[in-house]
Amino acid sequence: MSESLATVSYIGATILFILSLGGLSNPETSRRGNLYGMIGMTIAVLATIFGPRVTMAGIPWIIGSMVAGGSIGLYAARVVKMTQMPELVALMHSLVGLAACLVGFANYIDPSAAAHLTSAEKAIHEMEIYIGILIGAITFSGSIIAFGKLSGKIGGKPLLLPARHWLNLLGLLIVIYCGWQFLHSASVSAGMLPLIVMTLIALLFGIHMVMAIGGADMPVVVSMLNSYSGWAAAATGFMLSNDLLIVTGALVGSSGAILSYIMCRAMNRNFISVIAGGFGTGGGTVVAASGDAQPAGEVVAISAAETAELLREARNVIIVPGYGMAVAQAQHTVCEITQYLRDNGINVRFGIHPVAGRMPGHMNVLLAEARVPYDIVLEMDELNADFPNTDVAMVIGANDIVNPAAQDDPNSPIAGMPVLEVWKAKTSIVMKRSMASGYAGVDNPLFYKENNRMLFGDAKKMLEEVFVALKS
Amino acid sequence: MTLMIGIPRETAAGEKRVATVPEVVEKLIKLGFSVAVESGAGDAANFSDDTYRAAGAEIIAGAAKLWAASDIVFKVRGPSTDEIGLMREGCTLVSFIWPAQNPELLKQLAAKKATVLAMDSVPRMSRAQKLDALSSMANIAGYRAVIEAAHQFGRFFTGQITAAGKVPPAKVFVIGAGVAGLAAIGAACGLGAIVRANDTRPEVGDQVKSMGGEFVTVDYEEEGTGVGGYAKLMSEGFQKAQRETFAKQAKEVDIIITTALIPGKPAPKLITAEMVQSMKPGSVIVDMAAEQGGNCELTEPGQVVMKHGVTIIGYTDLPSRLSKQSSTLYATNLFRLTEELCKTKDGIINVNMEDEVIRGTTVVKDGNITWPPPAPKLSAAPAKPAAAKPVAAPAAKGHGKGGAPASGTKTAIMFGAAAALFWLIGANAPAAFLGHFTVFVLACFVGYMVVWNVTPALHTPLMSVTNAISSIIAIGALVQIAPPLSLLSGFNRPDSLIRWLAVAGIALTAVNMFGGFAVTQRMLAMFRK
Repeated sequence: MSESLATVSYIGATILFILSLGGLSNPETSRRGNLYGMIGMTIAVLATIFGPRVTMAGIPWIIGSMVAGGSIGLYAARVVKMTQMPELVALMHSLVGLAACLVGFANYIDPSAAAHLTSAEKAIHEMEIYIGILIGAITFSGSIIAFGKLSGKIGGKPLLLPARHWLNLLGLLIVIYCGWQFLHSASVSAGMLPLIVMTLIALLFGIHMVMAIGGADMPVVVSMLNSYSGWAAAATGFMLSNDLLIVTGALVGSSGAILSYIMCRAMNRNFISVIAGGFGTGGGTVVAASGDAQPAGEVVAISAAETAELLREARNVIIVPGYGMAVAQAQHTVCEITQYLRDNGINVRFGIHPVAGRMPGHMNVLLAEARVPYDIVLEMDELNADFPNTDVAMVIGANDIVNPAAQDDPNSPIAGMPVLEVWKAKTSIVMKRSMASGYAGVDNPLFYKENNRMLFGDAKKMLEEVFVALKS
Repeated sequence: MTLMIGIPRETAAGEKRVATVPEVVEKLIKLGFSVAVESGAGDAANFSDDTYRAAGAEIIAGAAKLWAASDIVFKVRGPSTDEIGLMREGCTLVSFIWPAQNPELLKQLAAKKATVLAMDSVPRMSRAQKLDALSSMANIAGYRAVIEAAHQFGRFFTGQITAAGKVPPAKVFVIGAGVAGLAAIGAACGLGAIVRANDTRPEVGDQVKSMGGEFVTVDYEEEGTGVGGYAKLMSEGFQKAQRETFAKQAKEVDIIITTALIPGKPAPKLITAEMVQSMKPGSVIVDMAAEQGGNCELTEPGQVVMKHGVTIIGYTDLPSRLSKQSSTLYATNLFRLTEELCKTKDGIINVNMEDEVIRGTTVVKDGNITWPPPAPKLSAAPAKPAAAKPVAAPAAKGHGKGGAPASGTKTAIMFGAAAALFWLIGANAPAAFLGHFTVFVLACFVGYMVVWNVTPALHTPLMSVTNAISSIIAIGALVQIAPPLSLLSGFNRPDSLIRWLAVAGIALTAVNMFGGFAVTQRMLAMFRK
């Protein structure tokens, strides 16, 4: 295959990737979108393998590594539970980051790569290598930590080192200094030391950055790492002078950036403040702020049978799922109840807050897995106006996203965050394991509202009881 | 020793309610009490002696025996003098008392060394809501008022277009949007009428709308919310404006339901004789305040009268007319109170005067009159300071749409910074780099445009597909694994090291490539209508 033919194939692959993302605008076209992505990837890989840059000697190696990696990937994709999607995605980001590092190093030690470059071009080329490895390493270690946090192997609480901002700043200065050393190194072996030091610092920085972020901010982190993995690909593209990599990396990078932005806005938080540290890190302000506005009143508990009664007599029901539903794996029971209520002519809908769950769209995927029709799963903005006409709003394992303090209490740490206004429904039922506060550490006045009932217990077990009571 | 709760038959004329129902008897027994019901107590509310017996209650014939046997007596209406005579010394009585109107009754009860909890004196606070019998009765009364009105009204409530002609919908005007008023609004809307409502407390406007009614405001500035969320007496100027509003409504509507009450005061006269006169013949007025003198000048308490062609219903026993429902709700309120009194669930009550709810409800304690209670510490809806008007609700930003456009200076700074950056790059970078840079910047914009269109429901698949696509880094590894020899000639290339790095890179990205697309496919297959 000639050079031009390979380039044309790359253009085709680029177009297919763009179409692939475009296809996701709608669930109906999304499957075709994914197919475009696969075709694009196949074209790109084949065009490279049979292109001018790879000789036949490499084919066995390529096939071997592809088969090994591919089979692991397919296996993981088959066995992963939908509730574990955030972990899987985080883990996969780490692989991209690591691959970017490896490619960067391989490129650096390859003397033929920069042989025909002028000195200015060579400087740029080395800068590209440097930045590519930097982003790759941060993505790698950050994603590994994110994976640990999401899978519960590492505690969700933000780890806050003293003077952490200074540590980060120090790291940045060392990275810049190493970069200067690296660019001015006479030979490959001389440049290796600053490169490795920088890589280590980048790895530490990635760990530190994600460790400092609280569990509730995970959707931001996952989408941010998604973005980084894209930028790493783009940096690799610059390094290899490969437009396909640049375009694809930019697509992925901007996609992740937009997702992070959406998530931050859904929490009414500044991107910088999320990255800089966990929720409520302003010291005592959280407690102090809610101290004088302590919600008064009594929590009214309710039994599963009474919940079933309320549901049966309702005409409009809105279900608000949260991370608790994912933890309890309750989505299938939720679906059965939904099905039953719909069969009995009750209008059931789902209200999804943008940051419900641990990654963007997490709840949608879980509900889709349980075969809840997607046209009754609605966004917060589509649904908020309907709560006054709703008889029962059922909150399953969510807390901060239904906290009226976000609107009423200007001192609340979550003030101004858009929330689902479940308290406007005639009755709201909150399913929770205990009275503990949510990730934001803010007490929830919703629980004390007159029209609110609490159904305590494991979401799955209680929902099963509700379902039994409904059918009887 | 567990205490005996006695439920006598109501002796007041026309009272059909009963203070407990079989369902609640079971719950009371679970709390450790024994329950005795006078034979025939539930007949008027369609609860037979047998159903009580089945629930575990003892049936006692004759009021005298029942009163003698009971440590605690649950009643609906306050006791008559005869009943007080039957009462044991030191007995506990729970019923409606209206202590403000019946000081004599209190003295008699005190003389008996009784402890009396008045269901009409339950403090208005969130915690006490479950035992607020006034609200549950008002709810029933509001519903029944509409049913009575419909009974007297000669037309449909709902508008219809039939083969025999067009029927206009009935227009209902509800005065006072408390619990009773809201229930009436809901019931009338349910029957298909056009409902308007007025209240001196402007904040109930939203509640009226939520029930399906239209809120009619009086064009006069005055805050009408008194202590504890009840209405208060309004100024003369307001009353005049209010009368004008009502006179206008009276000419238009077919049915007026009045529920206006001010605690401890006679009901305000809101509907004058002239207003009644101005109504269309066949119209109906339901005066739910009849017991306190009526909101309408022409109301005769307890009677249905016809004045100027308008039927005026002055029933004072509306909840009793729905005896089964009202008995059930009242019995549940009493049960909730019993729970508060008996937190140990051992059948012994503790009238804890430290508890704000119980303190407010108790009007006689061991023969001492304790009414009126000290002012409640916490009102259900604290009276708003007249001056402070908290507005400034933070406007929640929409999703997918930016907020207000950025200010001019901000935009200018951003463009300036971008221009400087581009100049820096343009001045220093070699031509080959610029080609790639162009591609990069344009691709960022394409990504930006495309991704905003992605529906939030598909954000997880978006992440997994972009993740799969980012495994395009494989190409970087592929080109390093075995480049053509022509490129390598003359270099001392650490071939095997590079090869192993590349092989690892390919394997890692292959995990992503295959796994990412496969899992996306699996997820997307689940999204169905």
